Amino acid sequence: MTEPRVKLPEKVKKGEVFEIKTLISHPMESGQRKDAQGKTIPRLIISRFACRFNGEEIFSADWAAAISANPYLSFYAALTESGKMDFEWVDDEGKKFVHSTTVKVE
Amino acid sequence: MTETIPTRRAVLGGASALAVAACVPAAALGQTAAQTSPAADFAQALKKAAGAATPQPGKVAIAAPEIADNGATVAVTFSVDHPMTAASHVRKITVLADGNPNPEVAVFHLTPRSGKAEVATRVRLAKTQNLVALAELNDGALFIAKREIKVTIGGCGG
Repeated sequence: MTEPRVKLPEKVKKGEVFEIKTLISHPMESGQRKDAQGKTIPRLIISRFACRFNGEEIFSADWAAAISANPYLSFYAALTESGKMDFEWVDDEGKKFVHSTTVKVE
Repeated sequence: MTETIPTRRAVLGGASALAVAACVPAAALGQTAAQTSPAADFAQALKKAAGAATPQPGKVAIAAPEIADNGATVAVTFSVDHPMTAASHVRKITVLADGNPNPEVAVFHLTPRSGKAEVATRVRLAKTQNLVALAELNDGALFIAKREIKVTIGGCGG
């Protein structure tokens, strides 16, 4: 499993609206597919994504099986102070994938 | 945007809601409780997402290709034309699909720090169908948009 990829500016102006792009490698097994023996392959998807700024959740998502494999997600943020941005993806088995970065507000 | 478009949408939305409602009993009769029809599942999911509020057309936009060659990965953008301030902001965007095995697609939770109510992702569509987006404001007001996406190759394959 490769590291999640997150793209956002390192520096932003106070109150500036900026885009955050995220991409993570995950099969997002839908639970609809069958294997060669005709047995249903159990669902295993990332069902929860959260973005926290200085510990406070600023954006999150609940995903169903209709989200494509290797989920891409982009959204926006506006900050008033510098701080730490934490990204977290959690799959059906409770496995967590995390990424952290800092954003400087000028 | 002219006055006639929302009105026409409201009429069409109402008509399709009736059509869905009309399908439910017929579909339910022929099937066991454990095996509900996709139309019934979608109607139920929509009802659950809307709660007590009646969704109004407008504010929400769904940007997507008219025709998707590959249903396994269809790029879509959901945006809501509304400010994101502490006093008034979009709290939630719920996305449903009326032709997938499960109607739920995603729920996005936003805050005033989200800056702008716009989210882009990639979705799986089993066949040609409608994507529906419901946007809920912090005061409980609910807005709805619907968009048909034609799918050449379905995205639930096995």
